[in-house]
Amino acid sequence: MRVGVDLVSVQEVRESIDSFGERYLSRIYTQREVRDCTTAAGIDPERLAARFAAKEAALKALRPNGHGVRLTAIEVRRAAGGWVDLALSGRAAELAAGAGLSDLALSIAHEHGFACAVVVAS
Amino acid sequence: MDDDIRRIIREHGLLRDDVGVLARDDDLYEAGMSSHASVAVMLGLEEHFDVEFPERMLEPSVFASISAIAVAIAELRAGQAVR
Repeated sequence: MRVGVDLVSVQEVRESIDSFGERYLSRIYTQREVRDCTTAAGIDPERLAARFAAKEAALKALRPNGHGVRLTAIEVRRAAGGWVDLALSGRAAELAAGAGLSDLALSIAHEHGFACAVVVAS
Repeated sequence: MDDDIRRIIREHGLLRDDVGVLARDDDLYEAGMSSHASVAVMLGLEEHFDVEFPERMLEPSVFASISAIAVAIAELRAGQAVR
């Protein structure tokens, strides 16, 4: 069993959206994730921050050990019931398979300007 | 190139101290750069140098120091020149 955790500043995400716009969104998040983070008021940096934290937490659990992994290869999917799951593709999926990790559990939270995520992989 | 890299780190790296006091091989993560800030630095580097970091380079050591970043940028530019 492996675990990963990460904490992200929402302000940092907000500043990256302001600085890089669509390029930031498309390099880091999948279309589904951007859709899940978009409300009537526009893109929600808090939700994006939580997803970034989830990706970093997943990477810590996967232990790439010098191998590059595109962040879009780790996708946070929101279920109708409100919980979130991870979907891996490409290099991220290869790392999980190589390590014998078939189940990755995710929990995220965001409050007071920060978002955090924990991933448990087994 | 180093001056441009330092400027981009100053703008996006969110270090505890000014990047000007760091040596080329000093660890940027130990100087306060978060994982998210390293992404912002990456995007800033791509924009300024007109390059794109391939997946194999999307790992922490590539952005760990000014010297490491300079090596990566030089490699990407050389690859563009060859094409």
